[in-house]
Amino acid sequence: MRWRDAAVPLAIFAALAVAPFIGFGQGYSLTLLSRGMIFGMAAISLSLLVGGGGLISLGHAAMLGVGAYAVVVLDHARITEAWMVVPIAVLAAAGFATLTGAIAIRTSGVHFIMITLAFGQMAFFTASSLSIYGGDDGYTLYGRTTLFGTRALEGRLFFHFTCLALLIGCWALVQALLNSRFGRVLQAARENETRTRAVGFEPYRYRLVAYAIAGAIGGLAGVLLANGTEFVAPSYLTWQRSGDLLFMVILGGVGGPHGALMGALAFILIEDWLAKLTEHWRLIFGPVLILCVFFLRGGIAGVLRRD
Amino acid sequence: MNTTLLFVQALNGLQFGILLFLVAAGLTLVFGVMDFINLAHGVQYMLGAYLGAFFAAMTGSFWLGLLLTLPAALGFGLLLEFLVFRHLYERDHLSQVLATFGVILFLNQGVKAVFGTAPMQMPMPDLLSGGVTVMDGLLYPTYRIAILAVGLATAGLLWFLVERTRVGMLVRAGASNAPMVSALGVDIRRLFMLVFGFGAMLAGFAGALAAPILSVEPGMGDNLLILAFVVIVIGGIGSVRGAFIAALLVGLVETLGRGLMPDLMRLFLDPSAARQTGAALASMLVYIVMAAILTFRPAGLFPARR
Repeated sequence: MRWRDAAVPLAIFAALAVAPFIGFGQGYSLTLLSRGMIFGMAAISLSLLVGGGGLISLGHAAMLGVGAYAVVVLDHARITEAWMVVPIAVLAAAGFATLTGAIAIRTSGVHFIMITLAFGQMAFFTASSLSIYGGDDGYTLYGRTTLFGTRALEGRLFFHFTCLALLIGCWALVQALLNSRFGRVLQAARENETRTRAVGFEPYRYRLVAYAIAGAIGGLAGVLLANGTEFVAPSYLTWQRSGDLLFMVILGGVGGPHGALMGALAFILIEDWLAKLTEHWRLIFGPVLILCVFFLRGGIAGVLRRD
Repeated sequence: MNTTLLFVQALNGLQFGILLFLVAAGLTLVFGVMDFINLAHGVQYMLGAYLGAFFAAMTGSFWLGLLLTLPAALGFGLLLEFLVFRHLYERDHLSQVLATFGVILFLNQGVKAVFGTAPMQMPMPDLLSGGVTVMDGLLYPTYRIAILAVGLATAGLLWFLVERTRVGMLVRAGASNAPMVSALGVDIRRLFMLVFGFGAMLAGFAGALAAPILSVEPGMGDNLLILAFVVIVIGGIGSVRGAFIAALLVGLVETLGRGLMPDLMRLFLDPSAARQTGAALASMLVYIVMAAILTFRPAGLFPARR
């Protein structure tokens, strides 16, 4: 790993750690930052697929949705202990990813994009039809997930650092995976599937495992998202949300998980800034996205690497 | 559910399928010939509906509105091609998905800024506003029958253009091997532009046709776009014939599913649970069909590329 690959993310983590104490400690800023970190985790998991495996998923919002709806289902059953909620939600998302991935990974290219989109839509429509959990209107949680029976996650600072710790954990996991033998095979299969097979690896299995891991991380991000807003709605699962996630990954650069993290933070901050500027912020955001695709080929990480 | 109702649902399904075909035809050609994923095709449908409603309100006539929509939609398509899409032909699918996603964000918000968020209405022409008795005690709206007829006529015209004319031959050749067509001395860029503009016009036409029976609102193209993608993936990318059959299939499955599923579920479940699971299953049905078809025929029913 080049020093810069580690330096940039470490600088971001340090900035996020001190942010509450240097003037970003009010509720609004902290909510925004935690939102950035949560989508950072989701984008990191997607970057494992896009950057690592060359698997362009347009249905990744469904993973967050499964995690968030697991919180809802358990909340409805009055189960809020983190040591129950988190494993169940993560396993549910990983299970959903494994089931849908097993079919989707059989296809490639355009068909993969379309079939992940289709599975994402299925999850969306399922969520909309769950009328005991509010259907289209969504579901307001009774409260945040509890930790050992305490309401520690309600504390703003505690929640901030919980998000940060989990974010660092996910980043380290994905980085380690990409550098491992497993990651090498995944990247080799992205570069040349035929040769990878010839050397004796079966890409399907590696891709499926990567898809399940990405789903699990996405599910964890979904748990945090549900806790951050204390509200879950099918709008979390729209295909536009999946498009946003993909944009975060590309905006940051597909070179590694830190690119996705930067992309997510930049996305959330730009979105917030533009939304304050004008009600029609998407009129600016859309062309920005197009221009990024045209000119920012390596993403933000690519710009930073240019000497 | 009796036969009359079933018949009405089937007609609605066919009519929806025809609209889907008009949108999917352009999409499958752009996709097949240029290997270009255009997520913004759905907003071109939406734009068509807005233009239709706007021109109809301005001129006071549905027919003039519809007539003016065609060149306007074509112009918009060509403008988008010039500004955005032209720079993406050489790029990978990921870049295409993202940039056209940006176009969606811009145009969805754009119509909100120009026309407001409230849904618009396009008046139905007097000539077609009544109903026709299709069978005993069943009055079916004339306008929906007109959509069916116009859609079928357009499909026929498209078939003629693609299968029986020189341009159509080039389009088909482009769908199976674009570099070869280019090497044989055909200006492939011009062909791309033509196909693109024509696809945009078809989508806009479908939007204007559907405007009187739907509410014209921002985002109306997004869900239709997803279904259109399902159609072209099922039908086989680049195949107009595949798109036609798949569009009717998807239209029927979607409409009949919504009508029948809750009743079907009532056989196994109590009424309220049946309504819920039925509605959920009905929304998922087309995607299940798509996943099933892709499992057995990964390239769709009628693949154009061999």
